[in-house]
Order: sequence, then C-alpha cells, then structure tokens
Amino acid sequence: MKLSPQWLRDFVDLNADLRQLADDLTLAGIAVESISGEGSEAVFEMDITTNRPDAMNHYGVARECSAIYDLPLTPIEPKLPPAAQAASSGGQAGTTARVVSYQGAHPPVTFPIEITEPELCPRFTARVLRNVTIKASPDKVKQRLALLDQRPISNAVDATNYVLWEMGKPTHVFDLDLLEGGRIIVRRAKDGETLKTLDGVERKLSSEDLVVADGKKPVGLAGVMGGFDTMITDKTRNILIESAWWDPVTIRKASRRHGLHTDASHRFERGADFESTVVSCDRVAELILQSGGGELVGGAVDVIARRLDQAPVALHVSEVHRILGEKLDAREIFRILDRLGFDVLPERGGEADFTIRIPSWRLDVEREIDIIEEIARLHGYDKFANTLPAYAGAVVELPDAEKDCKLRSSLLALGYDEAVSLTFISHHDAERFSRVPAIELANPLSEEASVMRTSMVPGMLGMMAYNLNRGSDNVRLFETGNVFEASGATANQLKRVCLGATGSAVLPGVHQPSRPLSFFDLKGDVEALLHPFRCKLLAYDSQTPKYYHPGRSARAVMDGEIVVQFGQIHPDVAAARKLRQDVFIAEFYLDLLYQHALREVRYEALPRYPAVERDFSFIFDDSVKFEQIREAMTALHIHEMRSFVPVEIFRGGNVPAGKYSFLLRARFQSGERTLREEEVGQWCPRIIKALEALGGTQRM
Amino acid sequence: MAYTVPKLKDWSAKALDKAGAKLLAALEQESTAVKNKADWKTFRDRWIGRKNGVLTQINDLWLKAAPKDAKRDVGQRVNEIKQQVTAGVEATAFPEGQVNPRIAGEGRSVLSRPASRGVGTVTAALDISLPGNRRALGAEHPIIKTMNEIVSVFRNLGYSVEEGPEIETDYYNFEALNFPPNHPARDTQDTLFIANQESKPLRDRLLLRTHTSPVQIRSMEKMKPPVRVVCPGKVHRNDAPDATHSPIFHQVEGLAVDTNITFCDLKGTLDHAMKALFGSSVKTRFYPSYFPFTEPSADVQISCIFCGGTGYRDGGRCPNCKASGWIELLGCGMVDPNVYRFVDYDARKVSGFAFGMGVERIAILKYGVDDIQLFFNGDARFLEQFG
Ligand SMILES: [Zn+2]
Repeated sequence: MKLSPQWLRDFVDLNADLRQLADDLTLAGIAVESISGEGSEAVFEMDITTNRPDAMNHYGVARECSAIYDLPLTPIEPKLPPAAQAASSGGQAGTTARVVSYQGAHPPVTFPIEITEPELCPRFTARVLRNVTIKASPDKVKQRLALLDQRPISNAVDATNYVLWEMGKPTHVFDLDLLEGGRIIVRRAKDGETLKTLDGVERKLSSEDLVVADGKKPVGLAGVMGGFDTMITDKTRNILIESAWWDPVTIRKASRRHGLHTDASHRFERGADFESTVVSCDRVAELILQSGGGELVGGAVDVIARRLDQAPVALHVSEVHRILGEKLDAREIFRILDRLGFDVLPERGGEADFTIRIPSWRLDVEREIDIIEEIARLHGYDKFANTLPAYAGAVVELPDAEKDCKLRSSLLALGYDEAVSLTFISHHDAERFSRVPAIELANPLSEEASVMRTSMVPGMLGMMAYNLNRGSDNVRLFETGNVFEASGATANQLKRVCLGATGSAVLPGVHQPSRPLSFFDLKGDVEALLHPFRCKLLAYDSQTPKYYHPGRSARAVMDGEIVVQFGQIHPDVAAARKLRQDVFIAEFYLDLLYQHALREVRYEALPRYPAVERDFSFIFDDSVKFEQIREAMTALHIHEMRSFVPVEIFRGGNVPAGKYSFLLRARFQSGERTLREEEVGQWCPRIIKALEALGGTQRM
Repeated sequence: MAYTVPKLKDWSAKALDKAGAKLLAALEQESTAVKNKADWKTFRDRWIGRKNGVLTQINDLWLKAAPKDAKRDVGQRVNEIKQQVTAGVEATAFPEGQVNPRIAGEGRSVLSRPASRGVGTVTAALDISLPGNRRALGAEHPIIKTMNEIVSVFRNLGYSVEEGPEIETDYYNFEALNFPPNHPARDTQDTLFIANQESKPLRDRLLLRTHTSPVQIRSMEKMKPPVRVVCPGKVHRNDAPDATHSPIFHQVEGLAVDTNITFCDLKGTLDHAMKALFGSSVKTRFYPSYFPFTEPSADVQISCIFCGGTGYRDGGRCPNCKASGWIELLGCGMVDPNVYRFVDYDARKVSGFAFGMGVERIAILKYGVDDIQLFFNGDARFLEQFG
C-alpha cells in the first residue's frame, strides 16, 4: 500500500522528518518498506500486516502517529449543506429495513432499503444526491490519487476512491436513475442470475453470493465490486451512495470464488470499522457536492440489522508483567492504551485491574493478550531488556542422529558433494523409477513437477545431466531426502540417500594415469558406507529394477532386507536423458538400513605372532561367482584363516574362452603361537579341495 | 664399458658435481641390466659391497685423498652419493618371479625412489611445486551447512532437535497454529495442495507444509513443558522458480515453553543466536509484526553485516541493506494462547516463544549467493566452492 506523508498532515501535526517518521512507524508495527519522492510528493511504500485493516489508510496511520508522538488527532467531520428535503426515515415495523423517499424531477418515489441477510450485512448506510454534474475531480483529489498510483476517473467515482484511501472505508456510488423497482435489497443471489461487474466481466452468480440488488436485478457483488449497468457515467445526474459493513468470511469467499481481489474486498475481508459507515457516506457526499454541485436529499439512511459484539476485555497488570517480563507500571499502560483510542476503566475491587473497551476500528483486539501486544508495541520492543531464560531440561538426540551423521561424514570423505534437488517429479518418472502410488499435487507448478517424488533417482539424473551439459565430467553427488508414497488416504514419507557418480575414479594428473569410474568403485563406496552398520549377513544380488544396467548393478541385502540398490544406469535410460557418459547411481533405503544399529567397537588384541600367506591359482568356469568361493571358504571354518582375498583375475591369453584364472591369497595367523609349516600345510589341501569342488582346476 | 671410479685431481664443487653425476648415471644404466636375483646380487656387491664396492672406492679415492681444507665439503657430497646409491640398489630389488620394474616399462629412474623417501640429493630433487595427487573431499551443501550451524547454536542453549513430515494436514499447518478456515493470513502462505482431498474434512486435508511451525504443535502434543525444541526442515510454497523464489526452501523453527518465559527472554535468546551466527558485533532490532500463532509478534533485523550498520560502504549506498543499515532476518513472537488450547497446555500457567528463520536467506547473506536456484540444481562448480 502507498501512503502520502503529506496527507497524514491533514489529521496530525507531524514534526518528524520522513526517515524518522518511517522508522518510528515501523518500530510501532506499521511497517514502511521504502520511501520515494521528496517533500509533499514523498510516498511511503507500506507493508501493513493482515490483522491491521484499520491502518490501511491515511487516517488510520495518522491515528497511529498521534499515539506514537502523543499528538492530537483531527477527526474527519464532513460538512454537508442542509438537505433539500427531509427524508422519510420510518422503518417498516418489525423489519430491519428503513425507507428513504426520493423526490426527483419526476413524481416522487419511495426508496426502501431492505436487508434480508442480517448476519452477512449488519449495516447499510445510504445517501441520495440530486442534480450532480459528473466531471473531472478537483486538482487536489486528482493529485493525491495519482501519488498513490490511482487513476482518476470522475468526481463521483474518485470521491469513493479518495475516501477509501483516506479512511479505509470502501463505498460505492450508483446512478440512481438506473436502479429499477425503486428499492435496494441486500440478498443472496438466485441460482442462474448474472451480474456484469465494473471490470466488464459477466459473472454467473449462485446462492452463495451476496448481492446488492435493486427491485429487479443484482447491481453489485457485495463488498467486492459494483455492477457495470448501474455505474456512474457522464450522463448521471442523481446518485445513491452506499456504505455498508459486510461479513469478512462472506466477502473473502466471494472474492476467491470470482477470482476478484479488490481494494474493497481486501479491507472488508479483514474487517472494516463498523462505526464508519455514516461518516464515510457523508464524506463521499461532501466531496461530490464540492466538485459536482447538486443537492442532498434527506439525511443519511442508516440501516442497522444487528450490532457487532465487541466485548470489553479485562486486563491484569500482573499478566502484562508475566508475558512481557518487564514491570511496566499501570500509569504507562493506561497512557499507551488511552492514546490508541481504547477506553481504559480502572476496576476498583474487581479481579482485574482494568476493563478495556475496544474501539470500533480494532476488530483484531479481542483478548487480554491482544491488549498486551498493543502495550508492548507502543512501549517499543527495543526498550525491553534482553535476557536468557533459566532451563532445567536436557538435550535429547533424534534416534537416527548418529547414523545420519556417520553416513554424511563418510559420503563427504569419499568425495561426494552434497546436493539438494526439488521434491517434485513428473508422472512419467514416478512410473519409470518406482512401483508405488505417487502423491499428486492439486496445483502443481508444472507438468514436470506434478507429483511428489517417489524416487530420488530422477532428481539425481537431472543433476548429473545438468553437470554434463555444462562441461563438468567428473561429478559425484549425494542427496539426503524424503520420498513419498500414497498409503490409503495418508502419505508415507521415507528417508533416502541417493548417490550419483560419473567420470574418473582417479583424476588425471602428471603423476598417475586417469582411470574411468567402474561398478566396483561404486561398490567399494557402498561397502564403506555400510561397514559401520551391524548385521549378521550382508550379501549382494543382481535383482535390480529395469532402469539399471542389467549386468552392472546390484542390491545389497542386509539380513534379508534390501538396504541399497546401485550400479550403472541402463543405457536406454541414459540415452533418453542424453547422458553422454556412464552414470552410476546408488539408492540407500534408510528406513531399512537404520533398523541396524551401528557397530560397537570392541578392542581386539593386536597379533603378536607372524602371519603366513599362501596363494592359490585356479582356473574357473565363468559361471562360478566369487560369492560361491566366499561361501566355500567360509564353510571350511579354519579359525586361523584370517582373510582370503582375490588378488588377480585374468581372462584371455592362454586361459580358454569361457573361463578365467583366479589368484586367491589366504592369510593365516594365530593369536596364541607362531604357526608351523605343517599346520598351514594341512589347511592348504582342504582349501584346494573346496575350490576344486566348485569346478576349479589348480594351475601349477 | 664398465664404470670405474676415477681418481680426482680437482676438488672444486664443479668437478665433484660432474664426477658424482657420472657415477649416478652409471648406476642408473647398470640397474636396467638386472634381470633376476643373481643379477641383482652381483649388482649389489659391485656397488655397495664392503669389499671394493664402488662406495668403498669413493671413500678411499675421493674422501680420504682429499686435501684437508676440502674434506668437509667432499665428505658431505660423498655422503649424499652413498645414500642415493644405496637407495638405488634397494629400489632395483624386486620379488622373485616378477619383472624388474625398471625394465617393465614404467620408465621411472631408480634414483627417483630414494628421493621420494625424503633423502634425495640436489641432483634428483623433485619439483615440489607440481600439484599433489589430490583426493577430492565432498563439499557440504551451503544450505545444510548453514542449517546445521543454526541448529548447533540452539543445541548449545539446550534445545533438542525435532522433525516433522513435509506432507502435513491442514490442521497442523494452519488450524492448530490459529489460522482459522477462511482467514486472510492463509493467503500469505501460497500453499501447494495435495490432489483429491475434497472428500475429507478440511482439517484432515493434505498439503505441503508451508513452514516448519507444524513441528511446534507436534512437539507440544508429544511432551509437557518445559519444552525447548529446534526444528530444521524443508518447506514448500507455490512459487515459480526465479533468482529470488523457489518452490522448496528450508526453515529452522524454534520453540521454548516453560512456566517462566517472557518477551525479554525471546529477545535475549535471538540476540544471542544472531551474535553467534554473524559475529558478536552484530546488533538486533525487534519490531512488531503479525503471525497468527504468536502474540506479541515481532520481526527481527540485524545490523547490516556488509556495511556495519552504517548504510554506506565503498563510497556509496550499501546495496545489501538498501542503505538502511538493517537486514530483516526472522520472525518470532510469544506463543498465542489459542495455540495452547490445541495442545492442552494451560495458557495461564505457561508461556513461551517461537521463532522461525529462512535458511536460504541466511546462506545468501553469508555467502553472497545471487541466485537461489544455484542451491537446487546440483551444479558441481557451485557446490565445490563450499568444500
Ligand atoms: Zn548495509
């Protein structure tokens, strides 16, 4: 909202310079975002919080200034000429309606105003003007509106706009001669009715809409926008001014339903000043009469269907102290509230210290805490001391904090950069990279981001492609985050870590040759990352989903649960994403992995006796996997065999096709003695026999 | 022709250098001829054997024969040569059954090996200005790093970490935080809604949490006062991505509820936290704001860390604070009594404060990042700057 400091001076005699004023307002909660222009042309860009509709206008801000600086506030008191003819103001018995009789050039017409929805329209004030000349507004009005970026239209329309910015009360003017049936009815629209609003849009109405209607048709969408067909034109001579109070929720719903957010709806949905309908109506009349001549017909017709309930609030000084922590004295409290327009009545002998009557423009103030906030903000937040509270509790860790920390620090040490990607993916990717039902967004940002991610892989591949397209060929990333799946009517959130790697395992340099990243580099990282977790059995199988390369991917199965899937991305998937080099991915299922505790380290005595190594050179059929060899060796239960590792695998040369040569190195060690040659000599044949049982032939 | 140790007549540094270089070249050349263990033994005896090995010879012919005044200098040089020859002979040794690495084509001089062990001579010194074989460490994401730093400041004040779901119900994201249905404050949240929720009551409808504040409610449901929690996490808004907007971002929420918490405590706690994050010279300024779930509510500014709060730097207006000297950083307030009703706390007995800050905003300030999208596209060139 724009605000002219010069305009404020109509109501309060400000001494502060512009910057000081802006600062003082901001520190009282009436935020000035920026200042543009100078002198009387200066404009404040305001950021008024949604709870303060009373400050979304000049008079309201002037009222704040008067409280901040303790200056008198000049009230708005429109001066109207005597009415040309007294209005009949007799209400119809038993109803909420009152009647204004209107005497035009034509035979006099009675003009009743009827409210059929008192809950939604508690108050409707109207005035009638006659023989007005529609023309441009006076310069002062035009200039002030222009300063606020408001386009001047005509004296009658500008008068309503001026009053909106001056005192925050939206009003409306009708061409009286275009109102049919000689009356105004506030009612719900009938299904099928239409209304062409001022913006020229033909709107379909329903019974949810509240309208201002004449005897025949809706002439305005209540509190939101007036009707096109009854608007003020150059030909208008006679005017009906409307100033009503509308139920905030009704206005908000209508504004949303019709996609029509106006200055009027903005204020009504936040709560306008119930007591300002008459003065605003008079102010519009005053402005029109000043510029367009004509005369007033009768007095204001003020129909009150029900009164708003603004209950007084009991204030305890002790509560002010308890919440704010500073011992403000009762006189200071009184002074602040009084300056803000609250009626502060001391309670003698009562339970509370004060009874506070709330001014009509402060619908946001309903409770003691609301009053305490008023006291705090006018006292000045910066005047409160900075203290630290005493505390008797202790820090409690999240159950997985240690595991998260371990995994993350290992990933960083392994050279993976930490990344964060968007949480949305496309339907297509959700189907391709997972088999769970995806959670769809009702108002997605785009087709490509229409569901919550069911897998971290599409995001990781996107980041890999992003890097490759920008000439970064050696990239390792990891992302920790949640994936989501629909589970009946609720959403499941599952924590994952996803790794992506492409390029070299060893970076090229002058001292060593480069080597491209392989499946086993990734597997090594997976092994290192899984190592801290305790399990009975960790095995790997190759049952990976279709988006993985069928021969270069694996699953890590920890005690029967799949905790990681990893490997090279399928060439078709890579091609579809235009990945121009091999990309490797690993998906860690933390919900399953974290069911395993971290290893508890127990010190093991260092060996005091030397180790002995023996190599076994075999030829195996390609169908024999290391897993089988591992199982066979483990099954031997040779306690002193501390490790066995493959040291060389060779295909081609004099090794027949379909076979490979395999060098296994076993290491023996005892914790109790130096092993003797004969002992080792007894184990070797068992090992050879076990390897032969797998179809291997020993090489001599 | 095999190398023989010459007698020296000239004991100048230049002459010694020349003689030394000749000797080492001979060693290098002969090392390539070693093909098996027997070869190596011969090679070893010829160079370092006690009986008339080359080293013994230079001891006699160069050092002992040197004039008195040159002895010190010659001795030093002979020692260097000895070390290098010994290491060179050792480097030529290789396991039985393998090929001499010298011949296998690796092309490395036997003499470079001892040098790499740190006993090199001037002649074989490495160009230590060449880059090392560096193993890259991963870089922490600036957002996660910043978020962890914020959390750690509050952990040190006794706050425990709490987390909550990113897909929330209307109840936790709005209703229990005192945003009634149809409240205009809901408009400020630009919510992303989950599809197909119309059949449920409003409070059960799913949406992407627009702030980490729901974790406040979940924490208070779980525990009784005293409560001190800090809740880091990802939040979502319906904001099309550009340099200053992102549909995802991160927040750290904090909550303290006890029998004794005041507005002064809120101020003191956040003043302390901002000093811990931005340096002890940073000042804080509180001014009234509005959040449905706190009252009184405040926005907090810190004195501009770029211009020291003066509003001017480098002879002009400070662009970071738009010459105001202040930077807006977070929102906070005393927990609104209405919120306590939802979690069954007695608002007459307890009081508390809550605060929330945008991690991206703080990271942008700390690192001078000019485009929020950089945080979310995984660009390694960007991420590695934070390594
Ligand atoms: Zn600055």
